[in-house]
Amino acid sequence: MTSRQKGLKKSLVALGMVAGALAVSASNAEAADPIKIGTFLSVTGPASFLGDPELKTLELYIEELNKGGGVLGRQLELVQYDVGVDSKKAITAVKRLVSQDEVDVIIGGSTSGATMAVVPIVEKAEVPFISLAGAVAIVEPVKKWVFKTPHTDKMACGKIFEDLQSRGLTTIALISGTGGFGKSMQGQCTKLAPAYKINIAASESYGPKDTDMTAQLTKIKGVDGIQAVVNTGFGQGPAIVTKNYRQLGMTAPLYQSHGVASKKFIELAGDAAEGVRLPAAALLVADMLPDSDPQKPVVQGYSAAYSDAYGGSVSTFGGHAYDGLQIAVAAMVRAGSTDKEAVRNEIEKTSGYIGTGGVVNMSEKDHLGLDLSAFKMLEIKDGDWSIVR
Amino acid sequence: MDKLKSPRTGGLLILMAIIAVLPAFLDNAFQVEIAILIFFNAIVCIGLNLLIGYAGQISLGHGAFVGLGAYGSAILTAHQGWDPLLSMVAAATFTGVLCFVIARPILKLKGHYLAMATLGMGIIISIVINTEDQLTGGPDGMYVDGLSFMTSQIHWYWLIGAVLVFSVWASLNLIHSPIGRALRAVHGSEVAAEVVGVDTTQYKVLIFVVSGVFASVVGSLGVYYSNFVTPDIAGFFHSIELVVMVVFGGMASTFGAVVGAAILTILPQVLTFLHDFEHLVFGLILMLTMIFLPKGLVPTLADLFKKGDKS
Amino acid sequence: MMGKLYLQESLSDMSAEFLQFLFSGVTLGATYALVGLGFSIIYNASHVINFAQGEFVMMGGMGTVFFLGLGLPMPVAILAAIALTTLFGFGLERFAIAPARGASVVTLIIITIGASIVMRGLVQVVWGKEFHAIPAFSGDEPITIAGATILPQSLWVLGVTVLLVLALRFFFEKTIMGKAIIATSLNRDAALLMGINVRFVLFISFGLSAALGAAAGILVAPITLTNFEAGIMLGLKGFCAAILGGLGNGMGAVAGGMIVGIAEAMGAGYLISEYKDAIAFVLILLVLFFKPSGLFGKTGTERV
Repeated sequence: MTSRQKGLKKSLVALGMVAGALAVSASNAEAADPIKIGTFLSVTGPASFLGDPELKTLELYIEELNKGGGVLGRQLELVQYDVGVDSKKAITAVKRLVSQDEVDVIIGGSTSGATMAVVPIVEKAEVPFISLAGAVAIVEPVKKWVFKTPHTDKMACGKIFEDLQSRGLTTIALISGTGGFGKSMQGQCTKLAPAYKINIAASESYGPKDTDMTAQLTKIKGVDGIQAVVNTGFGQGPAIVTKNYRQLGMTAPLYQSHGVASKKFIELAGDAAEGVRLPAAALLVADMLPDSDPQKPVVQGYSAAYSDAYGGSVSTFGGHAYDGLQIAVAAMVRAGSTDKEAVRNEIEKTSGYIGTGGVVNMSEKDHLGLDLSAFKMLEIKDGDWSIVR
Repeated sequence: MDKLKSPRTGGLLILMAIIAVLPAFLDNAFQVEIAILIFFNAIVCIGLNLLIGYAGQISLGHGAFVGLGAYGSAILTAHQGWDPLLSMVAAATFTGVLCFVIARPILKLKGHYLAMATLGMGIIISIVINTEDQLTGGPDGMYVDGLSFMTSQIHWYWLIGAVLVFSVWASLNLIHSPIGRALRAVHGSEVAAEVVGVDTTQYKVLIFVVSGVFASVVGSLGVYYSNFVTPDIAGFFHSIELVVMVVFGGMASTFGAVVGAAILTILPQVLTFLHDFEHLVFGLILMLTMIFLPKGLVPTLADLFKKGDKS
Repeated sequence: MMGKLYLQESLSDMSAEFLQFLFSGVTLGATYALVGLGFSIIYNASHVINFAQGEFVMMGGMGTVFFLGLGLPMPVAILAAIALTTLFGFGLERFAIAPARGASVVTLIIITIGASIVMRGLVQVVWGKEFHAIPAFSGDEPITIAGATILPQSLWVLGVTVLLVLALRFFFEKTIMGKAIIATSLNRDAALLMGINVRFVLFISFGLSAALGAAAGILVAPITLTNFEAGIMLGLKGFCAAILGGLGNGMGAVAGGMIVGIAEAMGAGYLISEYKDAIAFVLILLVLFFKPSGLFGKTGTERV
């Protein structure tokens, strides 16, 4: 036997050992006593501001539910994988969730890209899946096993256009991030604009890691007759756009999307954020809601619990995870079991659920169940949110 | 019988044996999935290893070729209604021709300049894929129907396993052909090789095209397997990941490329229990391995055995 | 009469637009230049391309955020962040590069890639994943020049970059240590024979490069914001700058950075913004096809 052969043999033995280790880790997952909730989130990477609060929320409330005796007399167990913003990782993680961890329900998918990538898998595996991502394509057309809790990008465009109409503004410019969220919303806004008689006179974009958008904004500034600018995108990009916007002395109203709906945005953009408007869930303005608002106790409760546990202020993104968990747990309770078909049917029957995102009424034809009333139009004033009108 | 004893044939037989018995140890669809991912990565790495390990030319843009294969197939199948296999061949041909065209100006560059040029080329291709959403679906990716005759995952296991065995066989034969010897000369010293009359450019171009086609075919097969493709596949991180696999396993070793791909595909899955610490530990393992086994896993272990034999 | 006035007005609009793109370009360019310079210093001393250079930049910014959070005054926080990053630079050389001496260049590159993953992982675990803004050094009130605006922070970026570049020139041309680094980069064996402590030269180079990266990261953080992954793109663009100018040529890296920055801003402004990130790379490929060693690189002869 040559040395090379021996080296090879050794390395192959190593390979076999790793495969063996995988097999061992699999057998640990056999005990099916607790109810398994699977999740795959963008805990790291450019979308970590979504995945981080989502994961913290799931951990917090699953612990809480377990302290209260669990669900159906069984404890809940969270199985989570970080997928960054890599759809390939999302595919692997979901295959692991359904075939190795054998979870009862999946709540996750911070980004639309990750969600869309795994839809064929969950449909085939027949596991109820509640997505936390924005794009309207997730629920239109309806897919049997796929639901979602956040408002769609199409709704955000609608809400912004409604506000523009009420201010009598008709000619706008779009500036969009080239990431999945920004691009998808840019497409939706462009499609929706004619219905609101809005004219998009300029459309520019910037990369997800771009650090200076003055060139794009200068170009927009040079277009005649722009009455407002809408920025579709999430992460740090919109904060830089907002700062650059003020630096260039642009005065037309600036709209951001629900993708920046957290205090972090105000903190990052600083004074430049004054006067910026954006559509967002009631969660951000929990204390400003009238007492008659049925959402008020829900959003105040979540807000307080989250801040107590982790400090800092809430974002709507964690709220989406809260809603997803509550809807799934309620469906299990109604179904009286974790039978996947029964749970799926019960999720579809969700009605009158008051969550952080709004009042959810799902149906066979609507796997989101929110309407435009779920959105509030907010304006940033004195470094804080305020409700327009 | 002598042939059996040669490291080439022996290694190949062991690989075939492992592929043949492995399914018996895989409990569920996820583990089969990982095995298939390893095969996919290993095939690209074998091609890339020819370029890095034997021709001594680094490529930090190989993910782009995988992406070209994937999107070429996806677009031709989904938008043009082409037959998947025909699409795959078309995409591979396109990638091969592209490699051929850019090979001469790019391979004229040396060392880090070559690294930069391949990196830049890869990033440009991935930005184009990300931006031209009419064609590619943009950052959210696109859906593609699979191969109609591949009805279950285990079919895929056998198909990609077979392709892997073929790739190893092809690579070993190439290395031990006159072309391979010429390549090693290129790696050793290009000037010296040219002095003794080896047309180094011609061989470098050939290997560049071969490794590009390897990557493209894997991209095509991958897209039919997972029915979905996103621009990440052509991105900078994927390219870096591939180079890391090759170097980790051991440059200039076909089996090193396979082992590197296997370990670095499995490792992130094993480390998921570390949650936040996952990336930190992965980075540490990578650093420590390269510091203490600078030649990569397989060649270093092979050397160890050699020393052991002498004593 | 009216027509002429209108023409004049639109001309001044156009020049203001151009000036705005230029301001944007030089600010970006100065950052790329500092990062590119960091690549050059390490390359000169060790022939390694340090893929963790972007992480030094990130650490500068994140470190400052951390020390400010401890309640330290800005100048102290900045110095502390630079010191911390420099320690990482020293550590990288001592515990990762030095033990792997003799390994192939590709192996060394992979080690630096590993180091970049470790540094990102460490910052993520210790300081969190959120984005942070450092307050601008002297306010956010933009300065208007001929119809275009520039932030005071951009002037800081440009000014400090010029100072650092001059200081480095002085260091490399006039000090013993600087000359030793140059000598090592030209011919390592000869430098050894001349009694230069090559190991020490390497050590210092990594520290210097890390400090430079940190300074760049701190300067731009008020404009670009920072988090644990902020160094990835800056690192890549800095690598572009170093290659464009010709590896190992410090002033070349500075020029390369400026060219990349200005090209990006002009490209986004006058061409298609969707392809802004591709512009730097298209430029690089074009240059390399005609000048395989960069704009100002030495066309080195290969030793046989």
